[in-house]
Amino acid sequence: MNQEKEEKHILSLMVDNRPGVLSRIVGLFSGRGFNIESLCVAETADADISRITLVTCGDMGVIEQIKKQLNKLINVIKVVDFMDMSFVQRDLALIKVRAKPEHRAEILRITDIFRGRVVDVGSEFYTLEVTGDLEKIDAILGLLKPMGIKEIARTGTIALPREKRK
Amino acid sequence: MTFINESWGVCTIKRTGIEIFLKVLEEEGVDTIFGYPGASVIDIYDALVKTDFKHILVRHEQGAVHAADGYARASGKVGVCLVTSGPGATNTVSGIAAAHADSIPLVVFTGQVPTGLIGNDAFQEVDIVGITRPCTKHNYLVTKIEDLAGSLREAFHIARSGRPGPVLVDLPKDMMSSKAELKPAKSVELKSYQPNYKPNVRQLGKVVALIKKAKRPLILAGGGVILSKGAGELRKFAEAIESPVTTTLMGLGAFPTNTSKWLGMIGMHGTYRANMASANCDLMIAVGVRFDDRVTGKIDAFAPKAKIVHIDIDPTSIRKNISVAIPVVGDCRETLNMLNELVAAQVEGVFNGSRGAWFDQIEEWKSTKKLDYHQKNVIKPQYVIEALHRLTKGEAVITTEVGQNQMWTAQYYHFDRPNCFITSGGLGCMGFGLPAAIGAQIACPDRVVVDIAGDGSIQMNIQELATAVQYGLPVKVVILNNQYLGMVRQWQELFYDKCYAGTCMEHAPDFLKLAEAYGALGLRATRPEQVEPVLREGLSAPRTVVMEFKVEREENVYPMVPAGAPITEMLLV
Ligand SMILES: Cc1ncc(C[n+]2csc(CCOP(=O)(O)OP(=O)(O)O)c2C)c(N)n1
Ligand SMILES: [Mg+2]
Repeated sequence: MNQEKEEKHILSLMVDNRPGVLSRIVGLFSGRGFNIESLCVAETADADISRITLVTCGDMGVIEQIKKQLNKLINVIKVVDFMDMSFVQRDLALIKVRAKPEHRAEILRITDIFRGRVVDVGSEFYTLEVTGDLEKIDAILGLLKPMGIKEIARTGTIALPREKRK
Repeated sequence: MTFINESWGVCTIKRTGIEIFLKVLEEEGVDTIFGYPGASVIDIYDALVKTDFKHILVRHEQGAVHAADGYARASGKVGVCLVTSGPGATNTVSGIAAAHADSIPLVVFTGQVPTGLIGNDAFQEVDIVGITRPCTKHNYLVTKIEDLAGSLREAFHIARSGRPGPVLVDLPKDMMSSKAELKPAKSVELKSYQPNYKPNVRQLGKVVALIKKAKRPLILAGGGVILSKGAGELRKFAEAIESPVTTTLMGLGAFPTNTSKWLGMIGMHGTYRANMASANCDLMIAVGVRFDDRVTGKIDAFAPKAKIVHIDIDPTSIRKNISVAIPVVGDCRETLNMLNELVAAQVEGVFNGSRGAWFDQIEEWKSTKKLDYHQKNVIKPQYVIEALHRLTKGEAVITTEVGQNQMWTAQYYHFDRPNCFITSGGLGCMGFGLPAAIGAQIACPDRVVVDIAGDGSIQMNIQELATAVQYGLPVKVVILNNQYLGMVRQWQELFYDKCYAGTCMEHAPDFLKLAEAYGALGLRATRPEQVEPVLREGLSAPRTVVMEFKVEREENVYPMVPAGAPITEMLLV
């Protein structure tokens, strides 16, 4: 296939909520050399069905093949590519940042600007919670880095299509 | 549970897992099971022996799967295996991978340790569902007796529908004694699995438009035509659009060989004219193929002048390796049938022999560079196959092992009808041929079934001679003994300065005595004039026969396209 431009795609998969299904999906990616940048799984409103939100990248041919291969898995009910529509996306990050006395005000100010919250306060570290799209989270991490980040936990992207506006 | 059943019966008789298992097998039309027992399936065996199912006791579980595979290919039915947990299950993996690569419908039942022990590293426990996930079409671990019947029925449905393939069902031992109600069978409906048989008519319209414009069309047919039973439709299609036809290894038999439209096989060991036609056609209609690298050679140089139409039931096959102008997702037979109707209405007579120049060109390629070999005092393997073709009138079911023997068979047996050439094409799994021949012979008791083997491959599942003899199967094994792992040696000769590392097989058993030790008839030919008499004697003996032919040791398969080269760059004799 022609070499084309690589693009990031957020895919949403509706899958049977059964043991082994996630490993079929992950196995497909590793077996065929496709990328997974992030992956989130949880039950939907229907307990028999889970939603997997998966961020991958590749040129058009690769993305087409990924979608077809996913659809071919017996336990995958539906594959939606958010590139084809307008959507909202969120990541959530928990960030443990070193809180030296001279930095505390600055940390709180940054957290505020990013509409984050302080969820835990220790003698040396604050733990912040921030949600937003990837860029926003990368931005706050960039600002906090000079103060010393001890640990980060991120969810990876979840997304839903936007509803039509009248 | 996605198995849908509206009529939850009024009677609530509970049945054991074994009863459910046997009942579903019966409903699915199973008559033969290839298997090997062990602790985890001992209860199933205890019940099975009291039924009418024919059980074929193989000598190795890999043999069971290849035999079920040969049975499936020869009969068009689903092949069924039953093996025990742990080593029994792991021994099936090569067989399952071979069936998966060639899209063969199998259901493989593996015993498993009782549900309470799963995950404990119990004796003979392996995660076979995990191991076979990437080489099955789908697989199941049944952990609730209520799921048993549904999983079994889904397994058969998935194996035989759409693009067929092997499905494994792992059965923990306690499932067999647990009890549940068995609901009556209904057709299986899976919301997430609905193969598309009927192609999009608008796409077909575009195909017909291209056909009208094409000056140099070429049809490339693959295993999908055979699996969909579309050989008749293919023939009609080629006649109607006046197009030459080539096939992949898996497509051999989908098109008759005695017409000027037949080009021979394409690819690494394809004919000169087939490969040249692919490089010069302006329209390629590919049906039921997946553009394996052994078919295309260097991708960028493949069919450079052609618009490609790709028809396949599996959307993932389309645009995986090759860019195509018109993708058509549908069953090959159904699609060819619909194309034939459109062509009859719109195209018939349009060409009026206007393809003459194209066929002249093909004829010229054919007469200048044809398949050839020269035999003097030493037996040429190609000669053995041609003699076999003559003596069996081309009517035998042929299985092969892997290597040169397989390619010469493809080139020289001239397969004229579908389901007669049974070979491990996608996986290239040595040891396939003998057990596959056993399965084919069981499916077709009245046909001549021959495994054309190499001296290396035959030793990979030679133990199955015991199976053939035990069940009185008149399978014929033709060993083309070059005392080499010939195909690998050929690569070493051509691309590795004749450094024959690990390919010399001078130390082999006396195949004649070995045959006799197993209770089969052993025959041997060492000179060309002995070939026919040995074949005659072997073919007419109503029992398992091993015929060994001492052939030219360093004979090569030609044409040959070096791996990764454009398929027009052929090394010729
Ligand atoms: C299970 C397995 N192991 C290794 C190979 C690699 N291989 C391909 S052809 C071949 C040689 C086969 O030798 P033989 O059966 O004597 O056939 P010949 O080529 O000599 O006709 C080998 C080793 C394979 N295809 N399958
Ligand atoms: Mg050999």
